Amino acid sequence: MMILKMKKEDLSTFLDAVKEWGELWGPTKKDGKVSFSKVDSLSQMDLKATRTIIPPKKFLYPPRFTMFDFDENGYVERTGDVPKRILFGIHPCDIHGVVIMDKLFLETYNDPYYRERREKTLLLGHSCIPDDKCMCTATGTDFIAEGFDLFFTDLKMSYLVWVGSTKGHDLIRLKPELFSRALDKNDILNYTEYRKWKNTQYKTNLDFTGMPDIFELGYSSPVWDKLAEKCLSCGQCSMVCPTCNCYNVVDEVELGSIEGTRERFWDSCMFREYSLVAGGHNFRDKRADRLRLWYTHKLQAYIGEFGKPACVGCGRCVATCPVDINVVTVSQALKEQEVGK
Amino acid sequence: MKKMCVVLEDREVRDNPFTPEIFRIVRRYPLTNDVNFYQARPVDVEEALKFDYKPGQFIMMSLMGEGEAPFCLSSTPSRPGMVELCIRNVGTLTSSLHGIKENETVGIRGPYGNGFPIDKMLGKDILIVAGGLGAAPLRSLLLYVLDNRDQFGKLTYLHGARLPGEMLFREEFVQLKDREDLNCLLAVDKDDTGKWPYKVGVVTELFKDLGPVDGKNTFGIVCGPPAMYRFVMPHMVKLGIPKHQILMTLERRMKCGVGKCGHCAIEYLYTCIDGPVFSYWDVLHMKEIIGRGVSDKTVA
Repeated sequence: MMILKMKKEDLSTFLDAVKEWGELWGPTKKDGKVSFSKVDSLSQMDLKATRTIIPPKKFLYPPRFTMFDFDENGYVERTGDVPKRILFGIHPCDIHGVVIMDKLFLETYNDPYYRERREKTLLLGHSCIPDDKCMCTATGTDFIAEGFDLFFTDLKMSYLVWVGSTKGHDLIRLKPELFSRALDKNDILNYTEYRKWKNTQYKTNLDFTGMPDIFELGYSSPVWDKLAEKCLSCGQCSMVCPTCNCYNVVDEVELGSIEGTRERFWDSCMFREYSLVAGGHNFRDKRADRLRLWYTHKLQAYIGEFGKPACVGCGRCVATCPVDINVVTVSQALKEQEVGK
Repeated sequence: MKKMCVVLEDREVRDNPFTPEIFRIVRRYPLTNDVNFYQARPVDVEEALKFDYKPGQFIMMSLMGEGEAPFCLSSTPSRPGMVELCIRNVGTLTSSLHGIKENETVGIRGPYGNGFPIDKMLGKDILIVAGGLGAAPLRSLLLYVLDNRDQFGKLTYLHGARLPGEMLFREEFVQLKDREDLNCLLAVDKDDTGKWPYKVGVVTELFKDLGPVDGKNTFGIVCGPPAMYRFVMPHMVKLGIPKHQILMTLERRMKCGVGKCGHCAIEYLYTCIDGPVFSYWDVLHMKEIIGRGVSDKTVA
């Protein structure tokens, strides 16, 4: 992969230049909460911030959007109204999340809504400072080699810039004078130093080794019922998870008219209606069954199929769940056959 | 330095797997008091001739403003140009579908799912066991085998319904009893008419009338209410049919049909793209397929 070097102070100039392609979005902090916002320049962003509340999946796959407009003549797909965006400051875990979403939405049957947004959204990653909730070393998502257009690693005096796509390269070509191919010994040493330092920052010691077997062994464990007693079925874990893709579809019509829209919006397997079929049979009526599905999917099923968990270690479930059910507590409960407080 | 040109490609809008095709309902009549039969064909004649599928596949059917849901096909691709569906009036969408009249239109997209593994079933004996509305997807396979009769071995069709009036395609199946190239056995749990000339009893009673079965050379196909599997599976295993040759087709909530919306997930599989046809072996090693307890008790 092409790796270039850029002076730290040139980032602002570069981001001003890329706005020519589309809207610039980056992490901003407001009332202590971090989210992606549309910005005019680097000065409005907070690049030291950790995870955003909602992962960048919301740009590629919005919480709610219109799939079709329909009337007596049939269904007309609603595409083409997506703005071009450049997301700056995405962390490796979230890019891993996008890679998983790509596999899901772009393989087998290609989802045109996801594809359009994916093509119109450039991902400019940025190295991060792990906090006490980060566990990307356990999930193997602390570094990233694909899925982004550009990736900026902050080495104090300069940036090393990984060029991940032709579009990313096109952005470089808007300001080629800011980038250099001349990497020297010090760059390698600084990068090695950075990786060493990053590894010392993690506080959560988590080990997902053997999780598929532990889930299989614990399928009927009373641990699930105990966790279910705490769970509120609120679905927040799904909303904040970078790899939760489930959605629901409903038709909406104007009263007394046949014209309407087909709407698609985020769903969660924690909701009771999730597996309910016509006639009233519910395949996952019990909350324990729904909870088990969520965690089985992330930490057993996906590993079985793709060799790694569908958890990217971002720590959002840890930060979000109001009753402390998350990948850390669930995997511990299963291993120790005991539910913490 | 001269600014270089930017080549950021924008491609055109392309095929959308979620777009329903407009189908016309050409026939509609009641099969029982809450199940309607529908024949539908694409309004576009070219499409009608192109529409192909495998027995056991399903489609997503839309009614504008009411939504979309999965339905199995009851027709066989060996009689092309038309699809046939059995729809029970049990939910919001199905109750609206029941109100639809002949010559009105619906949206249909598909077909989806794996369907029955016809290529592996060629030359084998076929034993079909249908319970209640389970006859809907199995009729597709039954008619397909009948239309390609010389490609398969012995054909047996067992069908159980609660009451004579609730048996789907009753007249059609009764007529099949006259054919010599298949063994068609029908049963009702209870005969409230007093005129039912065939077996009265649950569907498993019909296994007694099967005669010799060459288990190793047989594909057993089961579809019915979840509770039925518990009783039918031991019979299939006892006949000596290998577990990977015992097949069933499943129902799940679905919002996409193409492996995106997540609702039909069973562990690492999606019913819509990896199913809806699963083998008994899948059931035994994937506990969620027909529910907790069922597979545990029938492990032997």
